[in-house]
Amino acid sequence: MTTLPETTQRKMGLVIDLDTCVGCHACVVSCKGWNTENYGAPLSDQDPYGDDPRGTFLNRVHSYEVQPLAESGMPHPAAQLIHFPKSCLHCEDAPCVTVCPTGASYKRVEDGIVLVNESDCIGCGLCAWACPYGAREMDEAEGVMKKCTLCVDRIYNDNLPEEDRVPACVRTCPAGARHFGDLGDPDSDVSKLVAERGGMDLMPEQGTKPVNQYLPPRPKDRVMAAPDAQIDVLAPLLAPVAEEPKGFIGWLDKALEKI
Amino acid sequence: MHPAPSVIVFTTLSGLGFGLLFWLGLGVIVPTGWVAFTFFVIAYLLAVGGLMASTFHLGHPERALKAFTQWRSSWLSREGVSSVAALVVMAIYGAGLVFFDTAWLLVGITGAVLSAVTVFTTSMIYTQMKTVPRWNTPLTPLLFMAIALAGGALLAGQVAIALILIPIAALAQVAWWLRGDRAFAQSGTDMATATGLGNIGTVRAFEPPHTGNNYLLREFVYVVGRKHAQKLRMIALLFGYTIPFVLLLVPFSHIAALVAVLAHLGGIAASRWLFFAEAEHVVGLYYGKR
Repeated sequence: MTTLPETTQRKMGLVIDLDTCVGCHACVVSCKGWNTENYGAPLSDQDPYGDDPRGTFLNRVHSYEVQPLAESGMPHPAAQLIHFPKSCLHCEDAPCVTVCPTGASYKRVEDGIVLVNESDCIGCGLCAWACPYGAREMDEAEGVMKKCTLCVDRIYNDNLPEEDRVPACVRTCPAGARHFGDLGDPDSDVSKLVAERGGMDLMPEQGTKPVNQYLPPRPKDRVMAAPDAQIDVLAPLLAPVAEEPKGFIGWLDKALEKI
Repeated sequence: MHPAPSVIVFTTLSGLGFGLLFWLGLGVIVPTGWVAFTFFVIAYLLAVGGLMASTFHLGHPERALKAFTQWRSSWLSREGVSSVAALVVMAIYGAGLVFFDTAWLLVGITGAVLSAVTVFTTSMIYTQMKTVPRWNTPLTPLLFMAIALAGGALLAGQVAIALILIPIAALAQVAWWLRGDRAFAQSGTDMATATGLGNIGTVRAFEPPHTGNNYLLREFVYVVGRKHAQKLRMIALLFGYTIPFVLLLVPFSHIAALVAVLAHLGGIAASRWLFFAEAEHVVGLYYGKR
């Protein structure tokens, strides 16, 4: 059924910390690794070693340069580089689900995960048109739509050690920039994190009500503008010990002066 | 958006086919025997040919029957259901005309309504896309309906109706273009809302996720076709609307009618090409592109 559930019991999703992400793409690699081997059709690559390499990914990391506006205290503010992982946001009002003509796309009542039943997918691509985030990609080899499953085959998997029962991207992130949990429960760790850091929706004007939240980068530290306000703890240690050269260096200095 | 030839062929031909079925069903023209047979063959070739073409861009056409199940939420599914319903009902009406020289009025009107509904559902597939601001307007169904009904009247040889509907379709077309050119900027979606970083400063795409191409860029950030947009608009206006209109004003001949229909088809195909090629999907913003 491609009508959306009124409510979901839980709202499982990701919280992505744009302050912490270092743009290493480890989440991209681990996502591809896990999801090409497990749930559904493999994530194929086309011409991987040729002139036009391309492939299916469920998670991609963009990098943006943000140029702050000049102000009186900071006439030439430095641009900020922000790495930006993007995958399915498991929207509450997922437009990709309702457009599906076959019922292959659905949003689960129990945890809010948006999934594709690949045996029903005709590969019309309409769901990818409806998604503003580019979260869905058609697999060229299989002809079906692929998307983030929130690693549904990991998070409930009793065969895995407990610490591994999180999405592969979260498990692998070396910077701790990705968090997983129930965003429908205000007392969950992820909900508290979102409240504390001012988590935001992407493209809120599209009305998709994304479950995944992004934590904005914290303001950058600033070197104070006035020179006398500068604090340099190493300055006393770095002061020259001998102002006048002595010994061999002293002789060389004098000899070179005379030439 | 990538202008897939199969979808352009489908929307152009089947729009015209269902437009013709609309006027046939309404009883504006009541042919019988072989004339009726010819009219219905043309209408079905266009409508069914278009529907067949649309399955070419599917990843799994063999599962296409499943697309009839989700009419509660999906406009694409509704299109499938209403097109089959229209074709079945009009086939019964057509059989009456061809074999029994009888026009079953109620069947015809039902078929006409279903044909119009089919064109409307096609247009709603695009209209519903908030992600493509150029399409997301009530003008889109208006344009599709106007083109289908004008083309149908032209094909049915209904000069008086076509002379009214072709200018209306042309006006809808121009209004749609003018609104469309401002739609993206007015949609409120930009790189600031896409990334949520707008409150820090001006956002610029620094590095894409990968150096190569991908499905999203191919499907949604198709810029090649926009290069000749203004020329193609002129071609669409000239061939799709002006030439057929002028040819309808000169005394009727079968050659002039054929030229009018072919010119109209070519012009509408150009317009449909632009419908896709010029449409900008908001996902391009993540790549710093339109």
